[in-house]
Amino acid sequence: MSILTSPSPTNLNPIPPTVAGVPGITTTTPPAGAERKGLTKKEIAADHPTWCPGCGDFSVLALYFKLIEKRRMVHEQITTVAGIGCSSRFPYFVQAHGVHFIHGRALPFASGISLSRPDLHVFVFGGDGDAFSIGGNHFTHTARKNIKMTYCVMDNWVYGLTKKQTSPTSPLGFKSKTDQWGAVDHPINPMKQAIAAGATFVARTTHTNPNHVLQMMEAAMDHDGFSFIECLSECVEFYEGAFDASNPRKGGVFTEVPKDHDVTDEGAAYKLAGNPFPGNFGIFYKNSAKATKNAKEAEIVKSHQAKVAGLKDWQILQKNFDRMK
Amino acid sequence: MSDTTTAAVAAPSGGAAKILKINEAVIRIAGNSQDGIQAIGGFLARLAGRSEQEVMTFMTIPSTISGGPSIFQVRIGSGEVLSAGDEADMLLCFYQHSYEDHIKSLKLGGIVLYDADHVQPKPEWEENYRHVGVNISSLTVEAIGGTGRDKGKNIYAMGLLAKIFDLNIPKITKLIEERFGGKDQSIVANALTCFNAGYSHSLENLLKTYQFFEPEKKDRTQVVMNGNEALAYGLIAAGVRFGAGYPITPWTDIMELLRRELPKYGGTFIQTEDEIAAISMALGGSYAGRVAVTGSSGPGISLKTEALGWASMAEMPIVIVDVQRGGPSTGMPTNVEQSDLNIACFGGHGDSPRVVLAPTGVEDCFYTAIEAVNIARKYSTPVIILTDQGIATRIEAFPEPNLEKICQDISPDLTPVPEHKPYDLSKPDGITRHLAPGTKILNGIYPIPTGLEHDEYGHPTGSPKLHSQMTAKRRNKLRQLAWDIPKLKTYGPNEGQILLVGWGSSQGPIKEAVDRARGIGEAVSGLSLKYINPLPNGLEQIFKGFNHIFVVELNDEGIYGYGQLAAVLRARYCDPRIRAINKSDGLTWKVKEILDRTRTLAGNLGGAQS
Repeated sequence: MSILTSPSPTNLNPIPPTVAGVPGITTTTPPAGAERKGLTKKEIAADHPTWCPGCGDFSVLALYFKLIEKRRMVHEQITTVAGIGCSSRFPYFVQAHGVHFIHGRALPFASGISLSRPDLHVFVFGGDGDAFSIGGNHFTHTARKNIKMTYCVMDNWVYGLTKKQTSPTSPLGFKSKTDQWGAVDHPINPMKQAIAAGATFVARTTHTNPNHVLQMMEAAMDHDGFSFIECLSECVEFYEGAFDASNPRKGGVFTEVPKDHDVTDEGAAYKLAGNPFPGNFGIFYKNSAKATKNAKEAEIVKSHQAKVAGLKDWQILQKNFDRMK
Repeated sequence: MSDTTTAAVAAPSGGAAKILKINEAVIRIAGNSQDGIQAIGGFLARLAGRSEQEVMTFMTIPSTISGGPSIFQVRIGSGEVLSAGDEADMLLCFYQHSYEDHIKSLKLGGIVLYDADHVQPKPEWEENYRHVGVNISSLTVEAIGGTGRDKGKNIYAMGLLAKIFDLNIPKITKLIEERFGGKDQSIVANALTCFNAGYSHSLENLLKTYQFFEPEKKDRTQVVMNGNEALAYGLIAAGVRFGAGYPITPWTDIMELLRRELPKYGGTFIQTEDEIAAISMALGGSYAGRVAVTGSSGPGISLKTEALGWASMAEMPIVIVDVQRGGPSTGMPTNVEQSDLNIACFGGHGDSPRVVLAPTGVEDCFYTAIEAVNIARKYSTPVIILTDQGIATRIEAFPEPNLEKICQDISPDLTPVPEHKPYDLSKPDGITRHLAPGTKILNGIYPIPTGLEHDEYGHPTGSPKLHSQMTAKRRNKLRQLAWDIPKLKTYGPNEGQILLVGWGSSQGPIKEAVDRARGIGEAVSGLSLKYINPLPNGLEQIFKGFNHIFVVELNDEGIYGYGQLAAVLRARYCDPRIRAINKSDGLTWKVKEILDRTRTLAGNLGGAQS
């Protein structure tokens, strides 16, 4: 059993020696019945983050460590993927297998891992430019295909790495170096985008509420499918105070998703996503009935392998060659 | 048909059909794309394979959505077949336009077998070509019971060909049964009826039957397939189990085949939202532990180049197939061109070394795929397979590979390691090794493959020294690969007047051009390059043996007068004797074209003929 199918922390046993659905992966057998300790923060922390002091991304990183610690995950079970942007530096700060890929394409890269390695949980971190501008197409299709992974977008409403240009989530009127007179293009609503694209887990949180961030990360990880979190993460350098209205410490309000909201109701979720800023926080939408692409592909593999049961790979190929004589 | 057949169309002396022995025949079938002419060609090719003959086909398909003129040319020989043939011995044409458009592809004195229901022969051509008219359409309808539809006329025509070329009937019958079997029994029955009707049709006015000389006995059974199939099956044999792609002609066949076949092996192939996602997903698959594949044609390769740069920088193995077509832009999607050499070798930002291999024929597609996977793994590098529409769609017969021996397992090994530094600069070979995620590293220090310039663990660096060292590391491993490449040999003597250098799919026509030139005493040899980047060592030694080096390529001569490989060779060897023979008509080389251009160029250079 892999973490894909065993969300409960007590089930987080070591990976089995042969990985279901992954032919021929060699690994050593862990001692039988050994319940391993999860990683500690000390073990999982790598480089000191290069983010500016006060950046919201610190909080997301700290909570990712907490998630790994709390859920007693080990190095063999996770991989962390990112594209390009301030927040996409994330994998360097995590002492575990991870990849820093190119701008906007973290999702297809992560899909490659997810679809060929069901024994791993793939976490993807990135920013709003990576997710909704250059990577917009991939966001739509990864959600639609429901490829198993957790995607946390640290949304700061601005391009930070390139120093203050308009982002796809910058609100109208935001003055940036590329919109000196204020942004003129309507921003994307990430929640609406995710729901419309067919994501099966859609949640919203903010870096100023650490407990809530952790709660959302846990729920997202436990979801069998494409789980998406929009996490507001303030850029203190280029968009200070952007999210004050959602932060009670700055005189704002943190409003959770209403208790009576039905997370399986797509229409209600879409409506909720339309609430004006600061909007709501929590799980907007969750659909556990839609099969993942991972499961569908595994099913295809299973039915095809049944037809060639007992044959070695070269013998399967030989059958094709015999037909071409 | 070869020399022994020159008497084939001479006026018959008697009334009885004669049997004439031939070495080879080139048959061009012209019709519309929905007439099933590819099926006839396919049957003939497969039959040749089963008869231990050599075969090569050539086809054109319109890039329209449905219909349009289409041809299929098949060259069958008892000896070596190196190209699809310049001129046809027989033209089988179904329509007036097929007749008029293709009569010029026929040898003088060749046979026109036409559907008399649709073709009106022209008197001026009847003098130069032997015309044989058969009411193919109506006789087909009659044979299968008068439904008024001529579906099956291709099979009827094949019956005629079987008669004319005295083909092996039990073998053809078996092929028809295999092809149409499994469906409704009446379909097989109808097909056989059409075939037999064609076969038993009286061809009194032809008066001759041709019979192929017995081919040399081959050690191994032959398999018959096209280049795209050979490449895809090669990838499977190499152990590739994951890939991603986006449909584009002529690459699409490969992804369709992998999608269909990989699940049997526990793998899968994913159709992505775009070309960029395809290479990104394949790179994710490679990172996950097993070399993955992506591919495309023309414009799709352009879209992949940013991620290719990442693969160079992160030193991530991946195989990228480029089935070249006429470009730039949408260009000529169903035509052949060798104009992606530059993008394959140099396409990308920054110094981004990669390996480029160009298979030289259908059989070579199979073995090149395996080699590409192994080079990608051994050198931890992206490898581009530069094939083209010509090889992709042509059918050849080749000795069946020993699959039990060849098939390899490249599953990742997740056994824990004490420590791991992927970009280790102290390693003597300088080659990066990646560990698949899921591997425990006992010292607790984990690597990050990255597109940023990095230190030995993959963490970002701005160090001028490290950028120089890492750039050198990425380049040096390919220099090392150049020493691993098998030494090149010329086709023909290693000294002479002219060396014809080609790459990839032009190998066959160049060899045939060399054979013909040498046959009349010209000191011409050939050299075929399969390893395009890095180039094999020792080329300059080979060049020394010749007065002229002509690089024959299916691409434009460019602003400075040299094709894409010629420009690379000139830059590499600073040898002014390297000159270019190019064309960009979207068609494969004819042997005659190569010879004419060679003689003209040599003549202009001051009488290079020996």
